[in-house]
Amino acid sequence: MSITATVLTLVFIGLTILLSLWQRLGLERDLLIGTIRAAVQLTLVGYVLLVVFELRDWPYIVLMVMVMILVAAQNAARRGNQIPQVFWKVLAAITATEVMAMLVMLGLEIIPPTPQYVIPISGMVVGNAMIVAGLLLNRLQAEIEAGRQQIMVALSLGATARQAVLPVLRKTVRAGTIPIIDNLKTVGLVQLPGMMTGLIIAGVSPEVAVRWQLLIMFSLTAVSAVCAIVLAFLTYPALFTPAHQLREPGRSRDPAKS
Amino acid sequence: MMMFSLDDLWKSRFDGKECFNALEGLSASVHGGDIVTIVGPSGSGKSTLLLLLNRLEDPDRGRITYLGRDLRKWNVLDLRRQVGMVFQQSVMLSGTVRENVLYGPRLVGRECDEDPEALLRQVGLDSSLANRDARDLSGGQQQRVALARVLANDPAVLLLDEPTSALDQNAARGIEELLLGMQREKGLTCLWVTHDLAQALRLDGETWVLDCGRLVEAGPTVEVLNQPQHPAAREYLRSRLERGEAR
Ligand SMILES: Nc1ncnc2c1ncn2[C@@H]1O[C@H](COP(=O)(O)OP(=O)(O)OP(=O)(O)O)[C@@H](O)[C@H]1O
Ligand SMILES: [Mg+2]
Repeated sequence: MSITATVLTLVFIGLTILLSLWQRLGLERDLLIGTIRAAVQLTLVGYVLLVVFELRDWPYIVLMVMVMILVAAQNAARRGNQIPQVFWKVLAAITATEVMAMLVMLGLEIIPPTPQYVIPISGMVVGNAMIVAGLLLNRLQAEIEAGRQQIMVALSLGATARQAVLPVLRKTVRAGTIPIIDNLKTVGLVQLPGMMTGLIIAGVSPEVAVRWQLLIMFSLTAVSAVCAIVLAFLTYPALFTPAHQLREPGRSRDPAKS
Repeated sequence: MMMFSLDDLWKSRFDGKECFNALEGLSASVHGGDIVTIVGPSGSGKSTLLLLLNRLEDPDRGRITYLGRDLRKWNVLDLRRQVGMVFQQSVMLSGTVRENVLYGPRLVGRECDEDPEALLRQVGLDSSLANRDARDLSGGQQQRVALARVLANDPAVLLLDEPTSALDQNAARGIEELLLGMQREKGLTCLWVTHDLAQALRLDGETWVLDCGRLVEAGPTVEVLNQPQHPAAREYLRSRLERGEAR
């Protein structure tokens, strides 16, 4: 794709801005900012990748992946700002997820240990974990509120906090994993995934492109499940006191200080 | 034997706008084998008090002892098995009636010792209900399952929050007889919240009258209901009697 052709893709943005002006959607400002950010960020990342791919040194790959994880954790943690130390919990969950994914892919030699493979695939893994983490944090507190009476009954019968909350955790983890499982069922019928499309356009045979796409989709399924489960188990203790009492809503911090 | 002693209990609540006291310096004691009926207007703190005794919540101030030992010193999981709680709303756990009844025993790997059908019959339910989904039962049936579920833990004390509110007169009497029988045979202690003064008289133990988080009257049920001393207690009992709910 030539530079001219790339610049011409701005026609799409121009069209959207015109629509926005015509229908008074008020999107122009956000659109402009978004367009500029996307162009600048991606161009920069392109150069960074160029450099990193040349380096081929483990410390640089690890560093780059760590930056991805930090940004993702910071972003997802905003969804659970009532939970104490939520950033560290999300960070731990996303890190555990990425480590699991890389152990499998590199350990079984599904992908070669070079930056060209490790970095883009890590980006997908971490990005997906980020979305799952945000979703889970959003839902966990709501689900616990909805299941409050059941949790109280279970506790009153002598259940530990963990035993009492388990049905709610299951429900929440399931909710965090269902979108990707649904995606497994419809992929190819409704849309061709972005990565596969990219590979095909870049000249890779559809057969090979499909294999890569399957790897991504299957690994992202495990990523969603692992990230959701790890984060759920790290998060729920903050909603209980050490004496297995369910804290009042909005009092997941120390109630004495409120 | 002193079962519970409650010393100057305070508990604040937050209703979304402001903080207020649901319990204000409540002190009392309960002896083993007592049946204490707790009455008082809506919002007077009856349910809040029961939550503290089962340690689902802690008081902001004050001290509770159970069998002479500070409640906080007990292993909370053991305590909750010994001091069973029946909530004001009967909430079913997911699963069948049998799974609900066996929930407590299963937590400690004792499910084989219990016979869920026998427990269901005790609370007046047909044992054929055991395999039904608990959430499909009627309100009254769920209330009985909630009682059977607590009895399966074989508690020494029962905290009952209007345990017969969804039952008719006859059914309510059945539950009363059952628990009175357990009081006689095993020395079961009950703290029994009720709005039904006739029920309090039938249970014929002690009665506490709560008003705005305070214990305004306590003593043998017949005396408290017939000659209340405190104006708030008199006012409350008169309003109940006018509605023809006792004697
Ligand atoms: N979870 C809660 N959050 C906020 N306020 C509460 C909560 N539970 C109870 N309250 C308030 O605390 C006060 C005491 O409530 P409690 O449930 O103990 O009353 P009660 O005597 O059991 O009343 P009722 O006879 O209607 O069941 C009430 O003013 C109630 O609105
Ligand atoms: Mg109540």
